[in-house]
Amino acid sequence: MAISANAILTQAMLGLNNGAFYAMLSLGLAVIFGLLNIVNFAHGAFYMLGAFVALIGLTQLGPWLGMPDLQINFWWALLIAPLVVGLLGILIERTLLRRLYGLDHLYGLLLTFGVALVLQGFFTNFYNTAGTPYPGKPEILDGVVNLGFMYFPKYRLFALVVSLLVCFATWYLIERTKLGAILRAGTEKPKLVEAFGVNVPLLITLTYGFGVALAAFAGVLAAPIYAVSPLMGADLIIVVFAVVVIGGMGSIMGAIVTGLALGMIEGVTKVVYPPAASTVVFLIMALVLLVRPAGLFGKE
Amino acid sequence: MKNSTLALAVAAALSAGTAQAQISGDVVKIGVLTDMSGVYAALSGQGSVIAAQMAIEDFGGKVLGKPIQLVSADHQNKADIGSATAREWIDQQGVDMITDLVTSSVGIAVQRLASAKGVITMNTSAGSTALTNAECTELGIHYAYDTYALAVGTANPIIQSGGKKWFFITADYTFGHSLESNAADVVKANGGQVVGGVRHPFPNNDFSSYLLQAQGSGADVIGLANAGQDFTNAVKQAGEFGIGRGKQQLVGLLVFSSDVKSLGLKAAEGLQFTDSWYWDMNDETRAFAQRFFERAKAMPTSPQAAVYSSVTQYLKAVEAAGTDNGKAVRAKLGEMVMNDVYHKNAKLRPDGRVMHDMYLMKVKSPQESKSEWDLLKIVDTIPAEKAFLPLEKSQCPLVKKQ
Amino acid sequence: MNRWLWIVLIALGLAAPYVLYPVFVMKLLCFALFACAFNLLLGYTGLLSFGHAAFFGGAAYVCGHALKVWGLPTELGILLGAAVGGLLGLVFGSLAIRRQGIYFAMITLALAQIVYFVALKSPFTGGEDGLQGIPRGKLFGVIDLEDSLNMYYFVLAIFLAGFWLIDRIVDSPFGQVLKAIRENEPRALSLGYDVSRFKLAAFVMSATLSGLAGATKAVVFQFASLTDVHWATSGEVILMTLLGGLGTILGPMVGAFTVVSLHSKLSAIGSWVTVIIGITFIVCVLLFRRGFVGELQHLLRGQFGAEPGKPQAGGKPVAVAQPGSGGKH
Repeated sequence: MAISANAILTQAMLGLNNGAFYAMLSLGLAVIFGLLNIVNFAHGAFYMLGAFVALIGLTQLGPWLGMPDLQINFWWALLIAPLVVGLLGILIERTLLRRLYGLDHLYGLLLTFGVALVLQGFFTNFYNTAGTPYPGKPEILDGVVNLGFMYFPKYRLFALVVSLLVCFATWYLIERTKLGAILRAGTEKPKLVEAFGVNVPLLITLTYGFGVALAAFAGVLAAPIYAVSPLMGADLIIVVFAVVVIGGMGSIMGAIVTGLALGMIEGVTKVVYPPAASTVVFLIMALVLLVRPAGLFGKE
Repeated sequence: MKNSTLALAVAAALSAGTAQAQISGDVVKIGVLTDMSGVYAALSGQGSVIAAQMAIEDFGGKVLGKPIQLVSADHQNKADIGSATAREWIDQQGVDMITDLVTSSVGIAVQRLASAKGVITMNTSAGSTALTNAECTELGIHYAYDTYALAVGTANPIIQSGGKKWFFITADYTFGHSLESNAADVVKANGGQVVGGVRHPFPNNDFSSYLLQAQGSGADVIGLANAGQDFTNAVKQAGEFGIGRGKQQLVGLLVFSSDVKSLGLKAAEGLQFTDSWYWDMNDETRAFAQRFFERAKAMPTSPQAAVYSSVTQYLKAVEAAGTDNGKAVRAKLGEMVMNDVYHKNAKLRPDGRVMHDMYLMKVKSPQESKSEWDLLKIVDTIPAEKAFLPLEKSQCPLVKKQ
Repeated sequence: MNRWLWIVLIALGLAAPYVLYPVFVMKLLCFALFACAFNLLLGYTGLLSFGHAAFFGGAAYVCGHALKVWGLPTELGILLGAAVGGLLGLVFGSLAIRRQGIYFAMITLALAQIVYFVALKSPFTGGEDGLQGIPRGKLFGVIDLEDSLNMYYFVLAIFLAGFWLIDRIVDSPFGQVLKAIRENEPRALSLGYDVSRFKLAAFVMSATLSGLAGATKAVVFQFASLTDVHWATSGEVILMTLLGGLGTILGPMVGAFTVVSLHSKLSAIGSWVTVIIGITFIVCVLLFRRGFVGELQHLLRGQFGAEPGKPQAGGKPVAVAQPGSGGKH
């Protein structure tokens, strides 16, 4: 079967869609790693949690509270889920992660792995692992857009644009604003920044909360596309790790660009050589490691 | 007179004694091994456990004077977990019969293991024809439907109405492969053509890329060789991309009433598929369904009804055979004519296939439907001999020997 | 390790199948060997691999295929599995030791994912169905392994041999260098040791023994499946090692017993087991990084000072006096 240019474009577009999620998640990981030096294994679980907050807010919260009319719709969920999850993140940083600073960074990885298991296991008890559909896609985003080479669902296009906006806004915030400058300085020389009167522990807490909130935001955006499942984040986080290794932990822009590019490559592989679609990211990672052990954008 | 009474009493005591000796562990244990939390939880899962409980209660809770016990477990659709659980059930707990066994990979693994250990399996919920062909075993029974029956029942009428070019989206494991190959055979035998196919991981929740490949393939029919929640997810996402609304037709090769319920009549209207049972067939099925509904808060699916039936028939066979010895009960089952709420005049073949009629169903339109669970109408009855692979074509080595 | 401890261990091993379900004990032994092999790398060399499932599961598949399709004798199949584990370890190790710490962990994780997808897609593994119906065969062509007890003593022998080997490695001069690398890599380097080589050698040994464990498990359950190569298995073995005590000879065994028993005894409560395991992870990382055995040793040392090692406390307290359990600062 000959491969048409159309087929490649179509799959690249879908891949870009996935890539936007990779980008948002690896961005959060990069921000957290930058300041806390922790590889946040729970990142996927927070992404999943974001989707569940949206689902529960829409379908279950009202009845639980005895107010059947209370529904948190999609737009509110986009705001509330990151807040809720961000607060949980702050709580976890304050009570658990904080105790590990000064120890080997591996303990951070292991602790967050434990957190991921707890969240995953908890939701698996109450929700089907195959996923529950999120019924709250806004009506205004129903239907398809004609892109010339394909019909693309409006909602997916919306999710793509919003995630790109969020990615670049975060990049701008960190690379171009004063707050970002303090953050970056805190990464390099925490003692010095502290001497300038900046509350570094607070900065760390807020950064973790922000990174985690970003994951939750991605989760809400993903809910109407994929079924909301307790394992949705676990499957994704491993790919995102590879993205981070390929991009290198050094730069925000690196995380964004690598995420998007790998999504597209993965999409195109689905047409060119389908059996490799799920492996291609990891193969690229092995290659990059051979050539540039620090990653494409990383600083040695 | 006195003598004969005494003789009778002695005989009774003796027979009671032998019966006692022939029930292993003084209890008949039935295991429901199923998917409690994954893609197939709605079509089997907890509902199957409830169905088995009802069967035991309806039988009176005892057979040959010994209590009947039920155990159940979640195999998470993983063959290794399923087979490890079955191994422990048989070795440690003395389980005598295992039923449900949804997911073909689990079904095959457990059937092989159990049969080697002298335990009967009655698979009501998995589809692969391998269970009664290459992988058939002495004590393995394939109870409800199989992929051959689905392909014949569903694909035939579609080809006849002009759907000649097919593209398959297939769940990448035994069951999907089996369903795809059976359906492809039917397509080719009827002058149709298979223009392509993709295999998706199991379970899967993003079908967009597969659907778009199918759309671009130029096929008349997109055949979904998957089941349960994989199937409903695929149908919903097809809707999202506007696939299946134009000339291309989306066909589910394995659909259960639970899937129709989950999709809703608006999305599923007109869908045709093959199944072995529907709750709203006659007074007997309706009465059973009503009792089931009170416990499960959902109407029984065909696999759940088949679990009820398999437990019932197994217990009858144990009673008739006077023992729970696997081989003896299997032999009895092979002689019986099975009649219950699930099927009538059904018979068990040497390869393990239970022969009963299948039905071609059609999803009602929202206007036709009179109540929440009024989902389907029966379009056609496919007699057992036509529905299932003829015995002479079976690749089961047990058949060839005879 | 102390001679008395060996005697106790062997006696327990010989008696176990008469008290417990033999298949369960065999599972315990396979995972205990896996965890001990893992500990060789994490506990004694200080390298955290998040991809050990690849060796465990890869070996299981190859061994299963060799027995089922090629009809190899059981003992050769298991050895072949171990060899494949070692080979994979060589590939992983060469790539991963270029980086340290967290990068090392993530690289091994990602490489293991490649193995996972190969297992998912290759025809010989059976994909989602798994590699089913592996014959147990006859040991040396005579002893029928279909018999539960025969199989059990075969597994016990493999476990003891593997465990003995690890014990020897740890106490050897080679093992001392590994510990030196764990404690202070630059110093080991400045002493003239080729640190990369030592790391790689440790990695390959650990992978080979993990392969041995995986291949044995495949024969016990007559099954190799995606679960064996999944990253959750890599996480599980870390937990076992951490829980029992990093860098202690008995720790990983205790950890493996605890985790496997948790899974099997609590299977009725469904995925609450995952929650419990997650909480155990968190508590372990926060409160007792030395693990069960490590804490016990610490406690005993504190109480009895320089007194010679108590057998119950495990072996040579001095040799394991500074496990990496306190973390490197």
